[in-house]
Amino acid sequence: MRIGVFICHCGSNIAGTVDCPSVAATALTYPDVVFSTDTMYACSEPGQDAIIQAIKEKNLDGVVVASCTPRMHEPTFRRTVERAGLNRYMFEMANIREHVSWIGKSKDLNTGKAAELVRMAVEKLRRDKPLIPKRFETVKRVLVIGGGVAGIQAALDCADGGQEVIMVEREQTIGGKMAKLDKTFPTVDCSSCVLGPKMVDIAQHPNITLYACSEIEAVGGYVGNFQITIRKKATYVNWKDCTGCGLCVEKCPSRKLPDKFNEGLCNAPSINIPFPQAIPKKAAINAESCLMLTKGKCGLCAKVCPVKCIDFEQKDELINVDVGAIVVATGYDLFDWHKYPQYGEGRYPDVVTSMQYERMLSASGPTGGHVKRPSDGKEPKNVVFIQCVGSRDKSVDRPYCSGFCCMYTAKQTILTKDHIPDSQSYVFYMDIRSPGKLYDEFVRRAMEEYGAQYVRGRVSMIYPKGDKLIVRGADTLAGTQVEVPADLVVLAVGAESAKGAVQLGEKLRVAPDQYGFFVESHPKLKPVETNTAGVFLAGACQGPKDIPASVSQGSAAASKVLGLLSKKELESDPAVSRVNPARCVGCGKCIQTCPFGAIKEVQDRFGNPKAEVIDTVCQGCGICTVTCPQGAIQLEHFTDNQILAEVIALCPPKMFANYE
Amino acid sequence: MFKIAYYPGCSGQGTSLEYDMSTRAVCKALDVELVEIPDWSCCGSSPAHTVNHVLSAALSARNLAQVEVMGMDKVTTPCPSCLTNLRTAAHKMESPEFRGKVNALLDVPCNGNVDAQSVLQVLAENVDPELIKSKVVRPLTGIKIACYYGCIMNRPPELMRFDHHENPMAMDNLMIALGAEVVPFPLKVECCGASYGIPRGDIVMRLSGKLLDAGRDVGADAFVTACPLCQMNLDLRQGQINRALHEKFRIPVFYYTQLLGYALGLDRAVLGFEKLCVDPRLALGKIKQPAQAR
Repeated sequence: MRIGVFICHCGSNIAGTVDCPSVAATALTYPDVVFSTDTMYACSEPGQDAIIQAIKEKNLDGVVVASCTPRMHEPTFRRTVERAGLNRYMFEMANIREHVSWIGKSKDLNTGKAAELVRMAVEKLRRDKPLIPKRFETVKRVLVIGGGVAGIQAALDCADGGQEVIMVEREQTIGGKMAKLDKTFPTVDCSSCVLGPKMVDIAQHPNITLYACSEIEAVGGYVGNFQITIRKKATYVNWKDCTGCGLCVEKCPSRKLPDKFNEGLCNAPSINIPFPQAIPKKAAINAESCLMLTKGKCGLCAKVCPVKCIDFEQKDELINVDVGAIVVATGYDLFDWHKYPQYGEGRYPDVVTSMQYERMLSASGPTGGHVKRPSDGKEPKNVVFIQCVGSRDKSVDRPYCSGFCCMYTAKQTILTKDHIPDSQSYVFYMDIRSPGKLYDEFVRRAMEEYGAQYVRGRVSMIYPKGDKLIVRGADTLAGTQVEVPADLVVLAVGAESAKGAVQLGEKLRVAPDQYGFFVESHPKLKPVETNTAGVFLAGACQGPKDIPASVSQGSAAASKVLGLLSKKELESDPAVSRVNPARCVGCGKCIQTCPFGAIKEVQDRFGNPKAEVIDTVCQGCGICTVTCPQGAIQLEHFTDNQILAEVIALCPPKMFANYE
Repeated sequence: MFKIAYYPGCSGQGTSLEYDMSTRAVCKALDVELVEIPDWSCCGSSPAHTVNHVLSAALSARNLAQVEVMGMDKVTTPCPSCLTNLRTAAHKMESPEFRGKVNALLDVPCNGNVDAQSVLQVLAENVDPELIKSKVVRPLTGIKIACYYGCIMNRPPELMRFDHHENPMAMDNLMIALGAEVVPFPLKVECCGASYGIPRGDIVMRLSGKLLDAGRDVGADAFVTACPLCQMNLDLRQGQINRALHEKFRIPVFYYTQLLGYALGLDRAVLGFEKLCVDPRLALGKIKQPAQAR
């Protein structure tokens, strides 16, 4: 074997504390190394050209580059050696930047350590063999989970790009949080007027199939070939026939359940259509409060329905679909402010959340767009807004900034003045965070044109006095305590991860972070990818986001999906596990331990059970190889022999004193 | 019979004699045996820790050491201020360095293994509410009570570790068990002005006045408190507050143990109602007499 070694200076990153020419000279003494040099930037175009030239001139069989982390440039150099005609797995990388030059100060010690790491790479390369990826076809269909604005954008972009789209929404209608909003910042345009047409597009697009009231039951398969099971929950209404006329909703006598869409400000009938622009505009029965389903009497809706679409016998339905890619757009939930006892824990009806206030402001809301105090229906004059409720507060385990609360509070102060011209808004804030386009101008407008009083400080408590609520807080700029008598208190609640996100993440093999938001592949350069190939993220399921950011991410995820599915075939990574059937005893331990479900049981021609790796599902983690009692599974490119060779290169045991 | 060391605190010997008396009486009635710490001394009260933390801790640690000598590991005190000092001392002495400094001042070294609890916590956690209910002979039916805990009974929460620091319910639950109507009192953990009564009377007038105002607002016939200083500010100074704020408050302020003892049918002589400044008779008169009792 003929090996070439390249020691990268990485400017002064490595050369500053490692004697690169000396490492290169040492490397030349290693077995099979026929060429060794140091280079200023191995990843640069001339650096790569030099590698290609050396492969051709010296007739090399393999290349070692000692430079930065493989995360950064391993794919780069693999492509380089491939361009020179070598197999891409005949390449090894030694990390002498993160593992050596960045952490050690002594040049002597660093140089020695770098040489040892290179020796390990050389010993491994001597046992490498060419690996050839498998190719497989992809299903040209996309699953979008979640019908909020991010999911809607992703679905429409994918559908316009010619892909078939399956959209699954947990609620009865798509639209998500945005559909509940009255106006949006910083333009103060009608939220449902902007979103409505897009929701209609989802319903009418020939490439999109929408499953509302549905959840993901199971996810199998791998990138390009996912098998999805969708649970379509019983709505007790035959949606094929339902015209959404609303007669049943009008006649339903049971009105005990708090209206979810209106944030519990009013009650909803048991058979309901969430709001006039709902998509799909179909009625659904709530089984918990329906008299027919709980007590077996009533059935009024079935009697009045002109198309006879009520079906009290309906059951959940399981639907199987194959898709090539998945976009997760499950959004967020609002922080449950009852964790703040100093704000009343729900004891005071006139303390409402920002979303409840939004519903009050909305013309389609329970008060018809008139702001009324929940306690007595009076119009409030002094409205106090409290920011950072469930944001930037370690004591309730929400140390992160939710990002959009500053802006929606400013919007709500403006809307308050519009609705009640003689009102006065007070905003208790910690900092104003308004970095978006035209955002800061918007907050200024709330303060200067609409006269909202901004008080910098937290509110320590709210207590009732007569028919007012006394809001006591600090004004940290004036250095005093302030008490504001309020008619209505609006808590600007922060965002937390959606309920059930972690469970969904388990099915999709997408990791949640410590707060339950999904983790992206790289915070800067791969913001919509996940570490599971073929699964992409859009919107607030990845972290709190406002509408513009969610829409951008929806489009970004769609572009990734279209890029993926535009390929006729995909390549699978050949560095996967392999079973040696002669050694395998069929114990099945590897099947139990594989976190990806990539190993299945097969029978050989004598009927004996054997393990078999599904190449396309295997992620190459290697857990199976250490589990196998027989040593029958080996991870390609990381076999026991290859790893042992590295270990022995680093610390040769005594019996190998004269090891080569 | 539940046995626990008892630290009455200085106020129990003077300004809140009726608190100490009623506490001893109700604990006896509820089978809680209080063993008074022999030769106990002042906990340091409010001034000591503003002068010297080691001295302050040593004053409390002396009492904790006495408990250890008694062979007990739990002490209870009716006074929240004493409780704060005892708990703070025990907490600070978890640091071996600090404990060394404290023990250098003490005749008997203190290991800091004694857990201090308020009498309220002992009653709430160690006495079955059903037992209390079964022993009630004069239910407090008809009286509306505002439970006032004061600012240090439950705070700081990491130190006190009892009930909720913003909305405690132990006293409320106790009063409900006795049959009283507990009004939702929003300022139950607000400060009354505490020891500012002497140097800055205006502060106490304002803060305690606010409490009385809020109590009247929610329709309370009486306050119950668990803190000698709170009781004094609201009760003894009610006349001063009225003069300062041009108000006409006349709301009696009981120790919760007094009403508890009353409901349990204890002899009035041990409950010390006559020591209250605001005449409690009007409020007590609201309690409906049980039909079979008289």
